[in-house]
Amino acid sequence: MTSRAMRLRTYALLCLVIFLQPLGNLSLAWGTKHFPQVLSVDPLVYLRVIADPFVALGIGMLALALLTRLALLSLADLTFVLPVTAIGYVLAALFGAVFLHEAVSAQRWLGTVLIFLGTGVVGSTPPDTTGHAKGAR
Amino acid sequence: MKWILLSIVVAATAMSDLLQSHEMKRAGPQSVGARGLARLLKAVATRWKLILSIVCLAISFFAFMALLQAEPLSFAVPASAASFILETVLAKLVLKEQVGARRVAGALLVLGGVILLSR
Repeated sequence: MTSRAMRLRTYALLCLVIFLQPLGNLSLAWGTKHFPQVLSVDPLVYLRVIADPFVALGIGMLALALLTRLALLSLADLTFVLPVTAIGYVLAALFGAVFLHEAVSAQRWLGTVLIFLGTGVVGSTPPDTTGHAKGAR
Repeated sequence: MKWILLSIVVAATAMSDLLQSHEMKRAGPQSVGARGLARLLKAVATRWKLILSIVCLAISFFAFMALLQAEPLSFAVPASAASFILETVLAKLVLKEQVGARRVAGALLVLGGVILLSR
């Protein structure tokens, strides 16, 4: 694979992870918050909550996000992937405010802005510094 | 209780990510197309470090779910990003990634954001 094709694939996978993760978390939060029982160490309660459609949808999206992230980690450094995908935290705060009507204070918005900036700074560095991705079969 | 749950989430996430990053570099470039996904799933099923990383992820996930039910989404999700700093240090030491000034600056900005979000 040429380095340009590899870079394109890296950014495509990155976009997919960035959107799947917060959407999955939103669905999961919606499902667990509307679930009548408190989640404890009892595995039966967990089995029941997994059967909730919103929780199941959230888990499905998060599972797909996990696989996409694995593919992404085959191409890019962990120290690149972590901060760049953090843009999902900004989306999570936004979804929390819009869909779950959570109060997001000015301080929390400032925090999301810092995460956004950090993401941009790390995003401007080369994705793979170890050369392992290129060298592997 | 929320800080105990958060600690479990952070430690298990860091362990899982290190294992995944290490093993996926050895597995070679992957994709999530129809054919790519099958190859990726095969790689996950046949590499013990990836299986162990999924176990760590499951621990992190169940602790996260309990945290999510008790705390606001806009706290739980960003606070779990505290694993960034631990992972950045471990990626440099264990995975030998080149963590230059820009990456450190970016990670510190993210940490600043996490602190603001979790107070």
